[in-house]
Amino acid sequence: MEPILVTDAVTKIYETGNLKVKAVDQVSLEIYPGEFVALVGPSGSGKTTMLAMLAGLLNATQGTIRIDSHELGKLSEKEKTRFRREKIGFTFQANNLIPYLTALENVELMLRLNSTNSKYCREEAIKLLGRLGLSDRLNNLPKQLSGGQQQRVAIARALIHDPSLVLADEPTAALDTERAFQVVQIFSELIHEQKRAGIMVTHDMRMTQYVDRVIQMVDGKIYKIINDRAEIDALAAGGRYEAENTTKKGEIFEMKENQVMTLNNGLLAGAGD
Amino acid sequence: MAFYLASREIWRNKGRFFLFSLVIALITILVLFIAALAQGLAQANKEYIEKLNAELIVFQEKVELSTTTSRVGLDKLNNLRRIPGVADVGAIGFSSASLEFSNQQNSLDVALIGVQPGKPGMPPVFSGNSIRSNRGYQAVIDGAIASRNGVRVGDKITIKTIVGSEDKFYQLDVVGITDGRQYFYQPSIFVPFETWDKIRPQAAEGQGQSNLVANVLAVKLTNPQDLKIMAATIESQVSGVEVVDRKTAYESSPGYSAQQSTLNTQQGFTLLIGILVIGGFFQIQTLQKVPQIGVLKAIGTGNLIVAYTVILQIILVTIIGVAIGSISTILLTLALPGGIPIMLTGNTTILTIFTLLMIGPLGGLVSVRLALKVEPLTALGM
Repeated sequence: MEPILVTDAVTKIYETGNLKVKAVDQVSLEIYPGEFVALVGPSGSGKTTMLAMLAGLLNATQGTIRIDSHELGKLSEKEKTRFRREKIGFTFQANNLIPYLTALENVELMLRLNSTNSKYCREEAIKLLGRLGLSDRLNNLPKQLSGGQQQRVAIARALIHDPSLVLADEPTAALDTERAFQVVQIFSELIHEQKRAGIMVTHDMRMTQYVDRVIQMVDGKIYKIINDRAEIDALAAGGRYEAENTTKKGEIFEMKENQVMTLNNGLLAGAGD
Repeated sequence: MAFYLASREIWRNKGRFFLFSLVIALITILVLFIAALAQGLAQANKEYIEKLNAELIVFQEKVELSTTTSRVGLDKLNNLRRIPGVADVGAIGFSSASLEFSNQQNSLDVALIGVQPGKPGMPPVFSGNSIRSNRGYQAVIDGAIASRNGVRVGDKITIKTIVGSEDKFYQLDVVGITDGRQYFYQPSIFVPFETWDKIRPQAAEGQGQSNLVANVLAVKLTNPQDLKIMAATIESQVSGVEVVDRKTAYESSPGYSAQQSTLNTQQGFTLLIGILVIGGFFQIQTLQKVPQIGVLKAIGTGNLIVAYTVILQIILVTIIGVAIGSISTILLTLALPGGIPIMLTGNTTILTIFTLLMIGPLGGLVSVRLALKVEPLTALGM
C-alpha cells in the first residue's frame, strides 16, 4: 500500500533579524490510508508548524512533502489553495465554523467550493451529520450549537469532500473531557472507515487512545514514534510517562521543559505554536 | 460562490446590514437634497432668463452685467433691428413690487417685468391671452402665482409699488398665465413695457426720462448658432453696450456662482463623508471577521472569492441604501409645500445617484485589501 503522506527531512527555519530558529528539524514520516496519527509534544516543539506545512499554509525551508503524489513545494499559491480544498480536510482549535452558515451549510461549503454540491452530496452531508449525532441540528447556526457540536460539524466539513489527508489542530482544546473523548472517538472511527490519513495535533495525551501511532516531537525533531498498541494505551493512561512527566494519570500532558529540552530554540519557534 | 457567501451573511445579519443601509439612505437623502436645493435655487434665480425666447442679451457696458444697474435706451432698438442677422429685439425692464390680496392674505413679493407685446422677452401664455396693448393695465402672471395663490385669468390683482416714500396701488387685469418664470427668487408678473415704466418703483413721481429706458434688450437671432459673432457685431455697431448669451447673463447675476459653488462643495464633502463612513464600517467589519476569513482561506477558498464577497456585500448594502434614500427623497419632495426651492431634475438626480452608488465600492476598497491580506495561519492563531 502506498502512503498518502510522505515527508522527507522537512525543516522549517524562522528568521527574525539575526536570530534563526529551527522550528521543525529534519522530520521524515509516512502515513498510510486509514491511519490516524497523533502528533504530540510540548509547546514549541514544532507540531503545529509541521501541521501548517502539511496543509500547504506554510512553506518548508528544506525537504519535501508529498501528499497523494503531489509535491507541495512545487505548487503555486493558487494551486495550493485548490489542493487544500480538494485534498485536505482541516479542523482547528476553535472558531472553526463560518458564523452565518448553518451546520449543514458549513458542511456544504466544502462541496460548493469544489463545485460538487449535487443532491447526492447534499444527502451525504446530511447523512454524515446524522452519523455525528447532529440530525436535529442541521439548520442551527454555530452560535446555537455547543462547543462539542461545533467541533463535530467541523469534522463533517473536514471529511465531506473526500479528502486524502485530514488535519486536526487541537480539536479538543475548547471542549470538556467527556465531549473531547466523544469527538476524537468519532473522528477516529470515520478516518478508519473512510480510509483517510489523519493527523491530530494534541496536548491531551488521553486522546491518543484512539490513534494508531503517536509521534512525539521535541525541539522540532521527532523524539519518538510509538507504534505499539500497549505502549500507546499506557501513554494514554499516563502510566508509562509518569516518571518523566509532571502530570498524573488522566491529566493533560505537559512535559517538564528543562527535562526534555536540551535546546531552548524550540520555544522561540512557537511563533504560531 | 461569492454571491452565496455575501448574501447568506447579509441575510443572517439582517439587522446590522439594514441599519447600515439606513445610514447610506440618510447620506443619500442629504446629498440629493443639497443637489435639489442647488438646482432649485439656481432655477429660482435664472428661470426667466434661461427660458427667454432670445439668444443674446444686451446690457449697458461696464455694469458687470447687472440687470438692475444696466440702462439701455429704447432708442437703440431701431439700430439693433437694422443689424443683419438680428431677427427681433425686445426691451425688458425689471423691478420689484408686491402683490396684495384682499382677503388679508400676506402680500407676495414679485418681480414686475416690463415687456413689449410680441417681442422677445414676452413669455408664452399657456392659459388666457397674451398682452396686446403697449400701455394697458394688463398682466400675464407666473404659473406659480396662479397655482399657489389661486389667481385665475380674468381676475383683477392689486400691485403695490413704492414711489418716493408713498405706497402706490395699481389694479391689473390678469389676461394670461405663463409657466414658471421666476426672476431673482421671485415669481413674475409681466406688464406692457410702457405701463411698467409708469408703475415701477421710482425715487420720485414723474422722474422717468423723456426717452424710455429698459434694463436690458433681448435679441433673437435669425441663426441662433451665430452667438459669438453676432454678439461681437452688435457690440461694434451699437455704442455703449455689452452683449452676452443667456447663460453668461444668469451666471453673472449677484451671488449665483458663489451660491452654486458653496452648494457643490457641500455636496462634495457629503459624498466624501459617505465614502469614509462606508469605508470605516466595512473596515471594522472586516477586522472583526479576520478569523473566519482565515478559516475560509485555510479550507481552500481563493482570494478572488474572498474579495468578491466583500465587494458584493458593499454593493448590495449600497444599492439598498441608495434606493431607500432616493425613494424617501422623492416622497419628501412631493410632500413639501410649494415655494421651497427644491427641484429634482432627471439628469442631476441620475448623476447624483450614480455617484452615490460609486462611493460604496470606493469606500470598501480598503476592506477588500484588508481581507486579501488575511494570513490564515495568523488569523487562526496557529
